[in-house]
Amino acid sequence: MTTQMFGAPIRRKEDPRLVTGGGRYLDDLGHDALAAAFVRSPHAHARIVDIDASDAIDVEGVVGIYVHEDLPRSVGEPMPLLIPHPTLTHGRTGYALAKDQVNHVGEAVVMVVATDRYVAEDACQRIRVSYEQLPVVVGIETARDGDLLVHDDVPGNVAAHMLQEVGDVDAAMAAAPHTLTLDLDIERSACMPMEGKGVYARWDTERGELRMYSSTQTSTGVRAAVAARLELPLAKVECIAPDVGGGFGVKIMHPWPEEVLVPWAARLLGRPVKWAEDRREHFISSAHERGQLQRVTVAFDDEGHLLALDVKFWHDNGAYTPYGIIVPIITSTQLLGPYKPGTYRCEFWSLYTNTVLVTPYRGAGRPQGCFAMERTMDAIADELGLDRAEVRSRNFILPTEMPWDHGLLFQDGRPLKYDSGDFPASLAKLKELVGWDDFADYRRAAEAEGRKVGLGIGCYVEGTGVGPYEGGHIQIETSGRVNVSTGLTSQGQGHETVFAQIVAQELGVRMEDVHVTTGDTRKMAYAVGTFASRAAVMSGSAIALGARKVREKALRIAADALEVSPDDLEIVEGTVRVKGAPATSMSLGTVSVLSNPLRYAFDEAAKAATQFAGTFDPDKPPVAEGEEPGLEGKGFYSPTQATFANGMHAAIVETDPVTAEIKILRYCVIHDCGTMINPMIVEGQVHGGVAQGVGGALYERMAYDESGQLLNASYMDFLMPYASEVPTIEADHLETPSPLNPLGIKGAGEAGCIPVTAVIASAIEDAEGFPITRMPISPYELWELRRRHADGEIPSLHRLSRTSSKEPSA
Amino acid sequence: MKPAPFEHHAPLTVEQAVAVLTEVGHDGKVLAGGQSLIPILNMRLASPAHLVDINRVAGLDTVEVTPDAVRVGALVRHAGLERSESAYAALPLLRQALVNVAHPAIRNRGTTVGSIAHADAAGEMPAILALTDGVVEVAGPTGSREIAWSDFFLGALETSLAAEELAVAVRFGRLPAGTGTAFTEAARRHGDYAMAGVGVTVTVTDGVVSGARASFVSVTDVPSVLDLGPALGGVEPGSGAWASALDDAAEAVRDHVDPEGDIHASADYRRMLVTELTRRVLPQAADRATTAPNAAFDRESAVTTLSSTPNAAFGGEGASDD
Repeated sequence: MTTQMFGAPIRRKEDPRLVTGGGRYLDDLGHDALAAAFVRSPHAHARIVDIDASDAIDVEGVVGIYVHEDLPRSVGEPMPLLIPHPTLTHGRTGYALAKDQVNHVGEAVVMVVATDRYVAEDACQRIRVSYEQLPVVVGIETARDGDLLVHDDVPGNVAAHMLQEVGDVDAAMAAAPHTLTLDLDIERSACMPMEGKGVYARWDTERGELRMYSSTQTSTGVRAAVAARLELPLAKVECIAPDVGGGFGVKIMHPWPEEVLVPWAARLLGRPVKWAEDRREHFISSAHERGQLQRVTVAFDDEGHLLALDVKFWHDNGAYTPYGIIVPIITSTQLLGPYKPGTYRCEFWSLYTNTVLVTPYRGAGRPQGCFAMERTMDAIADELGLDRAEVRSRNFILPTEMPWDHGLLFQDGRPLKYDSGDFPASLAKLKELVGWDDFADYRRAAEAEGRKVGLGIGCYVEGTGVGPYEGGHIQIETSGRVNVSTGLTSQGQGHETVFAQIVAQELGVRMEDVHVTTGDTRKMAYAVGTFASRAAVMSGSAIALGARKVREKALRIAADALEVSPDDLEIVEGTVRVKGAPATSMSLGTVSVLSNPLRYAFDEAAKAATQFAGTFDPDKPPVAEGEEPGLEGKGFYSPTQATFANGMHAAIVETDPVTAEIKILRYCVIHDCGTMINPMIVEGQVHGGVAQGVGGALYERMAYDESGQLLNASYMDFLMPYASEVPTIEADHLETPSPLNPLGIKGAGEAGCIPVTAVIASAIEDAEGFPITRMPISPYELWELRRRHADGEIPSLHRLSRTSSKEPSA
Repeated sequence: MKPAPFEHHAPLTVEQAVAVLTEVGHDGKVLAGGQSLIPILNMRLASPAHLVDINRVAGLDTVEVTPDAVRVGALVRHAGLERSESAYAALPLLRQALVNVAHPAIRNRGTTVGSIAHADAAGEMPAILALTDGVVEVAGPTGSREIAWSDFFLGALETSLAAEELAVAVRFGRLPAGTGTAFTEAARRHGDYAMAGVGVTVTVTDGVVSGARASFVSVTDVPSVLDLGPALGGVEPGSGAWASALDDAAEAVRDHVDPEGDIHASADYRRMLVTELTRRVLPQAADRATTAPNAAFDRESAVTTLSSTPNAAFGGEGASDD
């Protein structure tokens, strides 16, 4: 039998190349290209009065300097609003080059094209732009006040106002024995891929064709966006994603201004042009996420069962809304996690500020929602004197209740309907892993040594694998080599490996014979992209379906040649053979030869495939009726809804009694993404996600000052955790297969980061004995909170005043 | 993020380097390890017209231990000094502090003298130069001179080094027998610029403290030394009086420092932090005053010549541009 490939922790095929410097990233390409650089707004909100480039035009090596007025109609129009929504009543987008107003620091105003990036930056430095400064809107409170406006024609700075309600919240609230209100605050962070954005465009003047390389999560998206802007037929545009050094969401939204301008300049100049984003540009002109203020009012009974959940939140969407309101919609729906809310109402306002725009960042609104829900769960437990895990457990949706329809619309406009999951089993595993029931003893021992420790928990559900579709193409060459192509892109996830595992399993071929290509519009023009934890679910399923077609075809052709029934055949290690009589066999390469009758004999394989080879039946055409030449097949997968993965995390933290430094002593994860294709890769995803989550919980923030300047726009001051800050992650899995797709899989890409902020807040609160409502938190902020707590400004948790707590961890 | 154009000079001797510096004056910057300068250039926070790359200058890559001092040449990388056994034997404080300088990759290139000449208030080695009563050796157009640490640091990123002068070495003073040292700092992330840091020396004679000093990172704008003798003098470490002596020392630190707040920590927090760090680090130094390795100072002179970098392939930036 063929070795089991699906489900095995196989080492990643791409790693030897990537870890030995063999990767080819955008800036490794196009050394002959001209370089673009941009003059960007130094002001958060200003009118452009004048642009004087006279000192720059003579810099040796400058090829062109462009402002908004130089752009033709389609290039100069406002950028597209990619995802409209009925509640997005005041959607606004910027221009490729600012027209007469800038709305955040970093907005592109002038493009310089020069022989290299050094010269281009020299010229940028000599361009003088004069501005008339306008009042600046920074921070959600300021935006919400609405006294100052980002866009004159957007009253109250409200881009969107959305409300969803299930059941009669007000009635349930009025009748409930207990209610609590929490005001919560979560700050901005950002994707920060190691490689920034970038585009390299070559224009073929004779053929009128554009080839682009883009550091993107969606090459089909870039292709369509640029073709539309440059008014080119789609057939004349191709886009290739080379190796991409991370995405995390920021490379799903296209077009960025530079991606319109650089291909436009390449066509205008008839020369290749490249732009590779630098780190400062990434900070001030890409995208951020996470910033929200939240108010949760919850009603519950004496046992801690939810009766009503009423959530209002204010979402900072930055200066523009090209990606619509996907992030707050996800917050408002995924906030519910594994729980039944009784009745639920969620109302949000998406607000403009004079800051970098907001688009999805790994987790995409879920970390904020999870924070709101899990802080609420801890508050209920404290109010009632119940164990925090027990309160969660009492509100779980049970396996017997699946599929569970919340009665809400999810981000894809389809019902929020959970397909699978076993939350009680996950929680039991987590409690066992972290030693939940023994923590009280641990805490007592620590306290005896003068140490402060706390235990935190957080649960989430993540809608993964959203549509609309992905495709997979599989082709077997006469050598037996299997070429697999899917249109979505790779940013290091291990697609070359997991897709090969699926094909190896489905076809019965060896891993080393399978070669996967992603993100090349020449090979697969129909694709959506890599985001929303969807690659394995979508492309994995499509590839499996395509492989099954190829398998059927191979068996059909081989059965004909071997004069047996297809049902009597199996494929083992690339050989089609008769079950029980393996000597009667032919390789898939030979089947490929048979599938493609040729007129000419180019080589040995082709010689065997000429129309004059083999048995000759004058009554049959060389290609059988209903067949196509070639041993290949294509599959597309388009689900009716997302599939819902879930996870539960727990952490033990220690806080220094004097300096308030925060250390994560243990971090435990139970993760359920259905059937795993490769557990090692899933675990890698979880580890990376937790690391990013730790950044969001303890280190990362966007420090805007009142004038809209980003004070920490470098890796010196924007604190992503190093390996030294990331705890050892103890992970275990539960596999509840999804009934929705052929492989039973659910997405895993974003999972790790979703609950971390909630978990760490829970643990710090448990260690400190007073509520933590604002994240991320640094030692000095915790120290300030202790001072305010000591001064009576912040109340203690109830558990401290209970003589006989029911919570084992108390 | 590309630097503005500059002319690259690669002198082979100190005299040549000084000649170029004299010629270009304030338009010139010395490039050694480049760990601060190159980011500054790339972000165009500075655009000097001339870079005087001293990485090829002969004779600047040695660590010498004399009876009075550890002398460190201008091309000795942090990593080289950190790993020098003779320097460690003579003055353990150097290694104790150096392991806190950023990360290994930065220590492999960055130079100790360069860090001192950069005079960042968040730099560890300026504080150590002060704590060891050190000296900067300077070559200039009119010859050599020595600048005591107390005359060297004028302000944040500001020293008394003239534009035409090159710091060729520093000498960290060795400490009296019976002296223990320790260094600690707290940063947001491992290896970041510290929110606060402190180095201390404690000398124990006949079982009681006969001298104690401290200098600080990130909480004073220029390195300064606080005499903790009044707080700790005459007290036996670990004795009943020790705890309250530590309280007094902490109080003295609280009064001495003058931190500024930023996005990573408020001034109040830093003041509390450095006070607590001092309290925690003093007993460590006192312990070491009577145990190895500080008690076993090798007072014999030794000269160690180190390769200017652990790996020659990682020479100074721009070394191939002539």
